[in-house]
Amino acid sequence: MVAAAQHAHQAAASKQSFEVLTPDQAKEVEAIAARIIPTDELPGATEAGVVYFIDRALKTFASDALPLYQTGLVAVNRAAAQMFPGVKSFSVATPEQQDKILTEGFAGEWPELGPLGNGTRTYVPDFCQTVWLHTVWGFLVDPEGGGNRDFAGWKVIGHDPAHSFSPPFGYYDKDYPGWQPFPAETGKK
Amino acid sequence: MSQAKVSYRPSEEVDFLIVGSGAAGGVLAKELSANGFRVVVLEQGPYLTETDFTHDEIKVSNQHLLTNNPHTQPTTFRKTLEEKAHIQHSVMYGRCVGGSSVHFTANFWRFHEIDFIERSKVGEIPGTGFVDWPIRYADLEPYYTKVEWEIGVSGLAGASPFDPPRSKPYPMPPLPVKGSGVIFERASRKLGYHPFPAPMAILSQPRPGRSACVNCGFCLGFGCEVGAKSTALSTVIRMAEKTGRCEIRPNSYAHKIATDKTGRATGVVYFDDKKNARLQRAKAVVVCANGAETPRLLLLSATNQFPNGLANSSGLVGKYLMPNSAAIAYGVFEEPLNDYKGFAVSRMFHDFYELDQKLGIYGGGGLDARFGLTPIGFATGALPPGTPRWGTDFKKALHENYTRTMQIFCHGSSLPVESNSFSLDPEVKDAWGLPALRMTYQDSANDLKLVNWMKDRAMEILDVAGAKSKWHQPIASQQFAVHFLGTCRMGKDPQSSVINPDHRTHDVPNLFLCDGSSLVTSGRGQPTMTIQALAYRAADRITALAKKGDLPS
Repeated sequence: MVAAAQHAHQAAASKQSFEVLTPDQAKEVEAIAARIIPTDELPGATEAGVVYFIDRALKTFASDALPLYQTGLVAVNRAAAQMFPGVKSFSVATPEQQDKILTEGFAGEWPELGPLGNGTRTYVPDFCQTVWLHTVWGFLVDPEGGGNRDFAGWKVIGHDPAHSFSPPFGYYDKDYPGWQPFPAETGKK
Repeated sequence: MSQAKVSYRPSEEVDFLIVGSGAAGGVLAKELSANGFRVVVLEQGPYLTETDFTHDEIKVSNQHLLTNNPHTQPTTFRKTLEEKAHIQHSVMYGRCVGGSSVHFTANFWRFHEIDFIERSKVGEIPGTGFVDWPIRYADLEPYYTKVEWEIGVSGLAGASPFDPPRSKPYPMPPLPVKGSGVIFERASRKLGYHPFPAPMAILSQPRPGRSACVNCGFCLGFGCEVGAKSTALSTVIRMAEKTGRCEIRPNSYAHKIATDKTGRATGVVYFDDKKNARLQRAKAVVVCANGAETPRLLLLSATNQFPNGLANSSGLVGKYLMPNSAAIAYGVFEEPLNDYKGFAVSRMFHDFYELDQKLGIYGGGGLDARFGLTPIGFATGALPPGTPRWGTDFKKALHENYTRTMQIFCHGSSLPVESNSFSLDPEVKDAWGLPALRMTYQDSANDLKLVNWMKDRAMEILDVAGAKSKWHQPIASQQFAVHFLGTCRMGKDPQSSVINPDHRTHDVPNLFLCDGSSLVTSGRGQPTMTIQALAYRAADRITALAKKGDLPS
């Protein structure tokens, strides 16, 4: 637990295994997700366990995207090495370097890869957009859906996880005096 | 599962076979079975109940828990009749017992008198098939009231000076006001409009077996876990089953109305859950499959005797599609609204129901204040334009805006244009090998002008309300629809309509249609209440015909 506090994602990775991602792939996915929704004073993708959500998704409802991840993760590491000589993978780059790599990825600037196993081409922006979407899903889905660990994502946006609420709900309705009828002369046409 | 439910053998000829268990099919199932008839309802989707519903947005929105799945049932789209359609998810409807009423917003407006007679009032509109209804508001009023009391609708009678006459108040008070409602009401009053508590098909007070709304917020797009949303599932479907004469048969995908050589319907052929084709025999068939699937089923039922599709001697099956026009404006405010709590809409107004003809715009609409979003939908679609899509600033925008955003939704009329239509795609097939639904649609210039005009009013309201920032979704011709109105329209003349005022098809005496396809005009954007009122009325008409022996088998 001390280790978890110090290196949350590494500790998590060591105590929970992955279904389809290799440990190396998981490390890269987690690093990308951590730049999409970084950790600051509030939790980010790492604390929300997004990489575990993505791993499970790639085994289940998003299994179609697995080939895209497999080629995209090669592409991101290749782009990292090309942009920053000596940097062997995205995950070991500095956050500033990672942001530059991702910016180029979203813009489709990484070196193109060959065809996927199923014969379709890899489009770099498709990979980035897919990881982006899966990261947002894993960050904000009801934990019932396998992400948003400890409601980390909902803490960030301010969504109370309770299943029932009573008015007033916020600032503007707390002093509402009640609906007042219109004077009788107003009305039709 | 409650006590023994009735089930019929497909070979057994029941009195009525209803296709579709949604807003209309559910009402007809309840009414006809309560009137003593033996009824089978075929529903293509599963029989889900409150315990199956979830707040998991991925399961609901991306895996289509409650709606048609574009992977197994692709739809195609084109703008004009000359184009070749391409595969595009252009149609969304409820595909489960209860139909679209399970996931709908539950806005529950009556149509007004003008909606039934507008053609007479404004005159001919070139390029359209705009006509009056063969019935009037007064014909439907008792049924509107019946809907409100039978399923449970919250609202405040007389609150809007534009409301049509009503014979009874609402059965229960409005739902609580939300922050978006207060902001909208204050600004609208300043501008001289008449905002009022929105009528909603959501319980503000409990009913037997159903909780009042607990304000969980997962409403639009989701199934209600406490039965507070007055869906067909939580109301009429259960009443129908209690009669002991109605079988709801889920996972049953109707794809052909069987006819005999005299041209009468003998039943419906459907795929069961194992994709085996079965024929359920019936004395009469009532199709309530929604305004997209009802015309598709008629077109799929073509025979040598009816080469253009069943009940299609007018050639109008699938035509005059009216999806309602819509615009959405967003405002972000200084303090938290927490508008994700509650339900979607608490305040609205109808000041634009009939626009001044001097504006040069036909039709009109209603504006409502809402937050119809849940966390993922918000993060992927409701941040201000120009917000970074990832990184620290993305996260900051999520953090600041989720609790401070509201929407003004502008709902408007659509004109009936003949080329706007559903038809069978000549190439694309669904997973059962049936021709896919093809949508041909282009907003008329008038409808685009109308939504643009309403959008400008919504932006003014946000301005007067003091929004910190505001924007609107781009206005463009629609390519995606959830309301499918007018595609088998009602009328007296068999050459210019598909069903008569009793909902009986002009061509097949024991075939009835009742759903959004029956509508002659589009109202102002909220059709479900009218679809259900029509269904109660249709049940009375059909029962009367059957009782006087006008439906011999």
